[in-house]
Amino acid sequence: MSEDYRQARWPEPLLFEIARSNASKYKAVTWHDEMSYDRESIIESIPKSLLRENLNLPEVSEIEVIRHFTRLSQMNYSVSTGFYPLGSCTMKYNPVGNEEVAMMDELINIHPLQDVSTVQGCLEILYRLEKLLCTVTGMDRFSFAPAAGAHGEFAGCLIMRKYHLVKGENRKVIIVPDSAHGTNPASASMAGFEIEEVQSDNKGMVNVEKLKEMMGEDVAGLMLTNPNTIGLFENRIKEIVEIIHSYDGLLYYDGANLNAIAGIVRPGDMGFDIVHLNLHKTFSTPHGGGGPGSGPIGVKKRLEKFLPPPLIAFSPERGYYFEEPDKKSIGRIKAFHGNFLVCVKAYAYLLRLGWQGLREASEISVLASNYLLSKLKSMEGVIVPFDPELPRKHEFVVSFKKLLKDTGVSTIDIAKRLLDYGFHAPTIYFPLIVEEAFMVEPTETEPKRELDRYAETLRQIIKEAYTAPENIKKAPTNMSVNRVDEVKANHPRTITLSWKIYTKRIKSKEEGEEK
Amino acid sequence: MSKSIKHNPFIPHTDEEIAEMMRSIGINSIDELFNDIPKEFIIKKEPDFEGPFSEKEMLERISNIAVKNLYYPRVQLHIGQGIYLRYVPAAVKEILRRSEYLTSYTPYQPEASQGMLTALFEYQSLMAELLGLEIVNSSMYDWSTALGEAGRMAIRLSGRKKIIIGKYVFKERLEVLNTYIEPMGGFIKEIGYTTEGELNVEELERNLHDSAALYVEYPNAVGFIMKNLDELAEIVHRKGAYLITGVEPTVLGLIKSPGEIGADIAVGEGQSLGLPLSFGGPSLGIFACKDDPKMLRNMPGRLIGMTEDVNGTSRCFAMVLQTREQHIKREKATSNICTNQALMAVGVATYLALLGRSGLRELAEYIFTLTNKAIEKFHKLDFVKIPFYGLPHYQEFVYSVKEMTADKVLKGLLEKGIIGGLNIASDYPELGEAIVTCFTEVHSLASVNNYISALKAVVRHE
Ligand SMILES: Cc1ncc(COP(=O)(O)O)c(C=O)c1O
Repeated sequence: MSEDYRQARWPEPLLFEIARSNASKYKAVTWHDEMSYDRESIIESIPKSLLRENLNLPEVSEIEVIRHFTRLSQMNYSVSTGFYPLGSCTMKYNPVGNEEVAMMDELINIHPLQDVSTVQGCLEILYRLEKLLCTVTGMDRFSFAPAAGAHGEFAGCLIMRKYHLVKGENRKVIIVPDSAHGTNPASASMAGFEIEEVQSDNKGMVNVEKLKEMMGEDVAGLMLTNPNTIGLFENRIKEIVEIIHSYDGLLYYDGANLNAIAGIVRPGDMGFDIVHLNLHKTFSTPHGGGGPGSGPIGVKKRLEKFLPPPLIAFSPERGYYFEEPDKKSIGRIKAFHGNFLVCVKAYAYLLRLGWQGLREASEISVLASNYLLSKLKSMEGVIVPFDPELPRKHEFVVSFKKLLKDTGVSTIDIAKRLLDYGFHAPTIYFPLIVEEAFMVEPTETEPKRELDRYAETLRQIIKEAYTAPENIKKAPTNMSVNRVDEVKANHPRTITLSWKIYTKRIKSKEEGEEK
Repeated sequence: MSKSIKHNPFIPHTDEEIAEMMRSIGINSIDELFNDIPKEFIIKKEPDFEGPFSEKEMLERISNIAVKNLYYPRVQLHIGQGIYLRYVPAAVKEILRRSEYLTSYTPYQPEASQGMLTALFEYQSLMAELLGLEIVNSSMYDWSTALGEAGRMAIRLSGRKKIIIGKYVFKERLEVLNTYIEPMGGFIKEIGYTTEGELNVEELERNLHDSAALYVEYPNAVGFIMKNLDELAEIVHRKGAYLITGVEPTVLGLIKSPGEIGADIAVGEGQSLGLPLSFGGPSLGIFACKDDPKMLRNMPGRLIGMTEDVNGTSRCFAMVLQTREQHIKREKATSNICTNQALMAVGVATYLALLGRSGLRELAEYIFTLTNKAIEKFHKLDFVKIPFYGLPHYQEFVYSVKEMTADKVLKGLLEKGIIGGLNIASDYPELGEAIVTCFTEVHSLASVNNYISALKAVVRHE
């Protein structure tokens, strides 16, 4: 075991710092004769009051552009470079074959507003993917409009709102568990709801008795993640569904992380009415450093009319076509047809796996998660919150509360120290109901050797915490930069959000010094 | 009981490794890990499904479906409305393919993710120059949702519910704005133009006192740039409302920026800065605002800031003001957005870096020149009407063919290998059988001439 790992460390200036006027030689356009003759007179026809005089974009050469962004990329940790067990994010391998599909001219050189007769291929892919997702979730219909999970949640919450409004009921409340992802309450709030939090019980699951007390005529529905963010399956799901449905509330399934149960159980069979999926998690499409993703929203038959456009249909006479949205639809939530290329990659992934392959992914992701947990369990300073005997699903959460008390080393320090060994940190301080939370999601695609190395490294870091805690506080030292000053980054006097602000600040500082 | 992987090609474990893991946990079968799930829900029967296929088979299958599309350059393509046909430089493709960016998550650990953070800071900085506004977030989903969020932000800031819209905003974008503001009680009021192509200021003033914002686009969805663009901010601000502008960003190589005309918030679609059409997604929502503390606190989306390491020895970058975001503020967050379109922002940063000031200016001049040459050539056809003839147009314009429906014209053109534009007859009945068409830097005068020959043939029923 060593900390031989070193991330690239380029002393890379910003584009604005290497710019020279006229350095850019790239020709974006070619002027032919008749065009160049008239160029000047046509440009002169623009009213002077509209013409731009100043544009401060930097000019650099092509080699500098390529080098700049290539060097930066080398200072970016990724699944392609190493183990990325970021909980709740499902950082599995992103098959490179799927990327080839998303580079086909036939799929990328298509305008979204072309006549349907010219985009039959795009629609067929979405139609087929929809069928597969219905099979995986037990829903009857999906819309691909949402660009990400949170966007799907927003659509889902609007569906809950519309469902009750159509009955003449203006229900004000959505219930979310205290372990829910932040997007759940944020999405419900955007859709105009008040949020009531239901507490978790001492098993780390929804407190069903409390839920029963909270449920009433004013509650539009419940948003639930299952397995929940602790990694536990909410095994009283049947009771939960009955409680919500008994008041004609709706059950929303946050399917951002389906990686433990795809091919094993279906939200639709558990009684959920609405589901969103994150294709950029379970369905292997890459996260692109923050996006793009895709968060298709699916519903049971009785809610189909509320879905946002586009909905894709097929008939032998018409071929594939966009269905006219129902009058009760929540309306459009994004122009065009969602993050199409992300959907294409997810379809490619499902074609590679088939049903059995999907099931295997769930089984092995759960196996890997419990395997790592079995190794961590016995380590000093590690607490497994809630029933340690219950199997976890695709991810698990441990707490470093005891370690912090014993050594003064906190979860964030451990996370930073892991970087020094070439591992990405887990998700930390989430879910909020676990103190010093450390949330690990190994996924099914991580080789066992890496899982073992990770566990061994963590053991060593914990040992270091007990023997040389000051070392850990300095971590990381092997990355492209040392620990980042996030306080300064956020301070109102020093916050710098663009080169424009940076230069403005320097100027005003210099002027201040002159005075 | 042992387990071996037979179908999933991406699981790396051997049978022995799986057995070892099971032993370490203390289970005899993987099913035991699912024992806590009520039996009645466990799927018993294998459903109908596609796959599994090898990589080669999968590529063949999808290719066979994809060829049913009619795609550029197999057709001459003339549709815009926010998504534009651009030449995508090899440099942009090269950077977008780099798996270090592609396969990373949101940069939660700044020390491990300086590459993405710096690239996004570059994006924010380049876009800030282009827009003339200091603060740009590191992306929204697309233009339409950026507009939705801008509407919500103006309603939050002003406490008023009405958003005034300068006419000719692309229909789908308007629908999205409505979906976003409706739960807050927000609503839209549309105002029009004078015959000189100025936004109707009288109508604007009548509506402003109880409005959160005025939203105008330039160029608008019918392609022209309103002449009194630079006079609106003062009028709007006098009544305590916000000015939001929507832009197709390449126009800013030539025309005054949102900042220069006094806009408070700017939104737009970044796809047109060097990204492929992709059937409309992924694209890139641009969102910017003035350097004003109150606006900044109310802004949706992720922001990257420049800082130093804790020793103060090297410059670095980190996500900032996360206290506005859903993972901290939950139901009180300024937006629910989490995953955004970060990679597209890196692509756009690459494009802007490659073109630079002179390249972007050149691009905008070319598009402006070609569009207006095309308008002149269309105007000379005695069977064509151009409703906004004489106004400055960029990239798109509207025409109709006398005594022929837009539908018929477009069908005729398609038979001749031209996707000629979008039928907007039912969206704007006052324009008649109108088609909005589009010319970008991918086109040339030869494309204009080819289009016109085809149009003549369609009119002559050839
Ligand atoms: C449980 C859960 N729900 C919702 C989301 C939100 O998804 P997205 O980031 O795609 O908006 C996430 C991912 O961050 C998540 O882990």
